[in-house]
Amino acid sequence: MSEQLLFAAEVTLNGLMAGVLYALVALGFVLIFKASGIFNYAQGVMALFAAMTLVGIQQGQIPFSHLINAIFGTEIHHFPWHVPSIIAIIAAAGVMVGFAWIVERYILKHLVGQPDIILFMATIGLAYFMEGFGDMMWGSELKTLDVGLPQGLNETVLNVTDKLFGYGFFIDNLDIVAAVVASLLVAALTIFSQYSKQGRALRAVADDHSAALSVGISLRFIWVLVWSIAGFVALVAGIMWGAKSGVQFSLSLIALKALPVLMLGGFTSIPGAIIGGLIIGVGEQLFEFAIGPLIGGATQNWFAYVLALIFLVFRPQGLFGEKIIERV
Amino acid sequence: MSLDTNADSYVTADGRTIGPVVMDLKNITLRFGGVVAIKDISFDIREGEIRAIIGPNGAGKSSMLNVISGFYKPQEGEVWFRGAKRPPMKPFQVARQGLARTFQNIALFDGMTVLDNIMTGRLNHMTSNMFQQAVWKGKAEREELANREVCEKVIDFLEIQHIRKTPVGRLPYGLKKRVELARALAAEPSLLLLDEPMAGMNVEEKEDMSRFILDMNDEFGTTIALIEHDMGVVMDLSDRVVVMDYGKKIGDGTPEEVRNNQDVIDAYLGVAHD
Repeated sequence: MSEQLLFAAEVTLNGLMAGVLYALVALGFVLIFKASGIFNYAQGVMALFAAMTLVGIQQGQIPFSHLINAIFGTEIHHFPWHVPSIIAIIAAAGVMVGFAWIVERYILKHLVGQPDIILFMATIGLAYFMEGFGDMMWGSELKTLDVGLPQGLNETVLNVTDKLFGYGFFIDNLDIVAAVVASLLVAALTIFSQYSKQGRALRAVADDHSAALSVGISLRFIWVLVWSIAGFVALVAGIMWGAKSGVQFSLSLIALKALPVLMLGGFTSIPGAIIGGLIIGVGEQLFEFAIGPLIGGATQNWFAYVLALIFLVFRPQGLFGEKIIERV
Repeated sequence: MSLDTNADSYVTADGRTIGPVVMDLKNITLRFGGVVAIKDISFDIREGEIRAIIGPNGAGKSSMLNVISGFYKPQEGEVWFRGAKRPPMKPFQVARQGLARTFQNIALFDGMTVLDNIMTGRLNHMTSNMFQQAVWKGKAEREELANREVCEKVIDFLEIQHIRKTPVGRLPYGLKKRVELARALAAEPSLLLLDEPMAGMNVEEKEDMSRFILDMNDEFGTTIALIEHDMGVVMDLSDRVVVMDYGKKIGDGTPEEVRNNQDVIDAYLGVAHD
């Protein structure tokens, strides 16, 4: 194979890996949108909050220590222990479930039947509240996240491709791990929603609220469940992005990356979120590789949004979204 | 032959046994703002019977059904179910008590297959928790198989084997109605509410639906309350009929009694009120 083609293949592969990360964020949006018709603006902040909580638990940080110190004049910061990664992840997931319950109990429950825009506004409020609350609870400084993700996968890839093609593919280790984890997560979610009884109830609620009620499904339970799952997805996304670029405010902006993915894949389709993420990841990389040098580079900043715009014009429901039919 | 429909239990002309009262509605009043949808209505539904609610458009029939199934909360009155007064409940809690319903405008899960739709009717019969579901082997699997069997029986009964795996969204109207009935029947309800099961159907479909309703009642002993516009159908199907007009009850009794009731005749033929 020619050098150029191999290089293009490497770029594509890198794009796929990055796309998986985008898909991971988009997935959280789709889950909540499908089950309750809410566009959850807070999804990005949820990822940030989940990552902060994880780091906090891991390092044995005392929650609200700044606040406690300010009020009582104490000097406490950390518990005298470090929590192993796996336990910290489980605990952080637990926190996200608790968070889901609180959201349902104190926000959604009171807004049932309100217009979509009201619910959307509520999630904007929630996003800012969570951001501040997260800072108050865990402090706002940049934190490094290390949950001991497997190392050295990139070298294996490098060696194997080198032997096969005489050209070693360089792919970020973290991207490989993220791709594997995201694939497992998506597979688990698919199996859960297709075969388990809660999954069936979840799909039922996504389709028709009245009908779901009439067969004895509690909407509130499903909402807690779906926000919990979205919280867990946010945690996974937070771990991956946090490990990549540190846990700090900008982590919450990954939500912006998910928007074009959603427009491409459709707001209501889980496969759409994944394929949309992959298309954007690959498209971004290949465009930069092939056309970028001609127009001065840095195309990654806008490519995804322009692609989404084109999609909005020609296929507003996205690749896999439900067709919008207005009956007259 | 005249029947004593007030006795504790009696046998109908076609040999079905009608048991004690399952659902007793006492002085139900339902208002939407200033509009009174239901005005002080009382009636009961007995075990094993087919009870029809009829009346002109806007009489409050669907509201009545929504009160029974918990979708609307009446401002006044009591709902007694299986001998106990029912506290205010959400629709899903009512469903868990063993009450299933269909909707006038079909409420199905369009993205799911016929079989999956019917399986949702079995949710109340599944007790395995989330961890057992995750492990799958053992209780969750046994439960799924047992419930699947019930669904297959219902599917055979309603003659929809050929569309088992079809997503509901692709089905024609008549079949959707039947799938909705199947989902309700799969719940093995102690009371089944049908909101205009034959609305918008052609003669042949209506005949099929009537047959299913009668067979359901006959074979499974399902207690059924239904709303219907087609008078011929109602008179043929039901054991007792409640007639509503402008939110009030104007007649209650066997089809013959109702047919000869002057108020009912007036309401249907339109007599000038003085």
